[in-house]
Amino acid sequence: MDTTIKNSNLKSEEYFINMGPQHPATHGVLRLLLTIDGEIIKKVEPDLGYIHRSIEKMCERDSYQQIVHLTDRMDYLSSHINNEAVCLTVENALQLEIPDRVKVIRTIIGELTRIASHTLWWGVMGMDVGALTTYFYGFRDREMINDIFEETCGARLTMNYNIPGGLMFDIHPNFVKRTKEFIAHFKTKLPEYDTLLTGNVIFQKRMKGVGMLTKEDAISFGASGPVGRGSGYSCDVRKHHPYSALDKVTFNEVLKTEGDSFARYQVRIEEMWESMSIIEQLIDNIPEGDVQVATNAVIKLPKGEFYQKVETARGELGVYINSTGTKNPYRLKFRSPGFSNLSLLNHIAVGGKIGDLVASMATLDLVIPDIDR
Amino acid sequence: MNISLNITKTITELLSGFMSEGAANIGAMVTIALIYLAIFAVAGLYLVLLERKIAAWFQLRLGPNRVGPWGLLQTMADALKLVSKELTGTVKADKFLFNLAPYFVIVSSLMALSVFPFTQEFQAFDINIGIFFLIAISSIGVIGILLGGWASNNKFALIGAMRSGVQTISYELSVGLSLLTMVLLTGTLQLSEIVEVQKNGWLIIQGHIPAVIAFMIYMIAGTAETNRAPFDMVEAESELGAGFHTEYSGMKFAYFFLAEFINMFIIAAIATTVFFGGWLSPFGITESIPWLGVFWFIGKTFMLVFLMMWFRWTFPRLRIDQLLTLEWKYLLPLNLLNIILMAVIVWLNLTIQF
Repeated sequence: MDTTIKNSNLKSEEYFINMGPQHPATHGVLRLLLTIDGEIIKKVEPDLGYIHRSIEKMCERDSYQQIVHLTDRMDYLSSHINNEAVCLTVENALQLEIPDRVKVIRTIIGELTRIASHTLWWGVMGMDVGALTTYFYGFRDREMINDIFEETCGARLTMNYNIPGGLMFDIHPNFVKRTKEFIAHFKTKLPEYDTLLTGNVIFQKRMKGVGMLTKEDAISFGASGPVGRGSGYSCDVRKHHPYSALDKVTFNEVLKTEGDSFARYQVRIEEMWESMSIIEQLIDNIPEGDVQVATNAVIKLPKGEFYQKVETARGELGVYINSTGTKNPYRLKFRSPGFSNLSLLNHIAVGGKIGDLVASMATLDLVIPDIDR
Repeated sequence: MNISLNITKTITELLSGFMSEGAANIGAMVTIALIYLAIFAVAGLYLVLLERKIAAWFQLRLGPNRVGPWGLLQTMADALKLVSKELTGTVKADKFLFNLAPYFVIVSSLMALSVFPFTQEFQAFDINIGIFFLIAISSIGVIGILLGGWASNNKFALIGAMRSGVQTISYELSVGLSLLTMVLLTGTLQLSEIVEVQKNGWLIIQGHIPAVIAFMIYMIAGTAETNRAPFDMVEAESELGAGFHTEYSGMKFAYFFLAEFINMFIIAAIATTVFFGGWLSPFGITESIPWLGVFWFIGKTFMLVFLMMWFRWTFPRLRIDQLLTLEWKYLLPLNLLNIILMAVIVWLNLTIQF
């Protein structure tokens, strides 16, 4: 980026290229309209709509119990946290008293989801910068979490464990044991991530000083999650508006001020350590009690507007419900983290090379069904 | 054991028994070319299998293990599949150049194989400008890549081809200069004589410091010239999909694919010949059995091939400007200094000889 030729008579023509909807770096069906001058990016225009399923419209048709089964298809890597967000909104609207056991289990599974999402991100992040081996190391550790989920929730990816009023059923007897095993395992494996990729000189050259995002820009673009925190914007919902059992635990909000791709990378790696510490604080003290409170078979929310935000692996997910007092929401809107994070792609990629675009896009950790609901 | 490995002489003598001398010479050339083609097409396929197995070991997987014992027939099956596939092309592509491109690539890499001395006598073509011939031939391949990318009528392919052009032209310099450093030490370009010189110690030991520097530069530049990771800008799959061969299918794609692996073998074989004593055994332990030279040559080559695969499955990819910075700002000046250092060492007779 610092090597632009000044005062040169040489002129080249800009050209247009379609990156996606089928492209290895877009991780799904995102289409990027690139205007390129040689290798240098002049403009990036994301084009959405290839995986639009009208989830928000479908929610207006469904009852509140049914909505939970749609939300885990949005950001499928944080399916538990998405469902938790909807359930929390409904529970707050009904002013239900949720048992502590539910809160703790929800938090533990939420943090496990975060680790699973970050390990997957780390794997594909390495692939995007050309280190293909990282993928398998990331997936090895994610597989253990998926096994835990499978035992307790019955599904590995899009699990429907939350219901308005609590959890669908109690945890599996093996849950505590296997979670502890995983934490012990992952504590030895996470340093491997650093040895394989973080310390690599090529990787650092690809990451440092690339995809710069200042704190002001992060705020004005609505960035959240690790993208915002990589620019020094303190935006962790878990810290500022604790939900479930997050007010009972101590953890650090990871903040980096550099604002480049490497800062966003480091935030996610350190978040995995923080998540492990949260799980360790809770796993031995899961309170006894019920796993759900009785709700009516047909849940009717009082008339009014309800909003709840949670921190998914990608950032701030907001659920807005406008109810007219019937069994369906009149309007339901998700504020998804990926959408605002994608909006700053043009800002951070212009002026860089094609390789920089791919690397910066990887650090945004986009999940397309989350952006394109 | 007394096996005559001087194949050129053996076959010419055999053929001249029943035809004129001229016809026998041509007949011998064709026969040897066919033998080489057959051997290295199969060797290329098994390099692909080796790469897949090594990748699997790096990545906590098993690798191909279904077709044949330990997956030994996997790449054969893949090749059969590729042969049977339809050859597709793009609309408005330059058909002639599009079809021509794969042959440039595969022919240049197969031609380079002819000059390697696999043992003292097993060498198809022993010319006195061996190193020069190798450098010249291996740079023809880039024409094929450029043509393929240009004629595909696909922008991703074009970007890949342009990257390849820039990269190969740059790193050609380092490959050439690092080999030239070693030529200063041997005083000959002929590959068979370069191996003879090493009977007093492999060149990497004879030339000690500058030879080690030259070897490191050679391996970096050689990896870059074969367009392999961490220098796989040409087909950077996360950026360009498949790069210059996006539009190729079937056997034409297979030519590009095979050429990549044969090129890797060539780069490792040059390094073996020039730095590690070619077919010579360590400390002359098998000097009395000449045909074991093939074993030593292939063994050393595969160690270096393994090194290149190790690079590929460990390192992330460089960016195009970092790639050029590495060459023009670091490797090239270092290389030029290294040549002077080598010249001084040869002049002052500071080489290590046993």
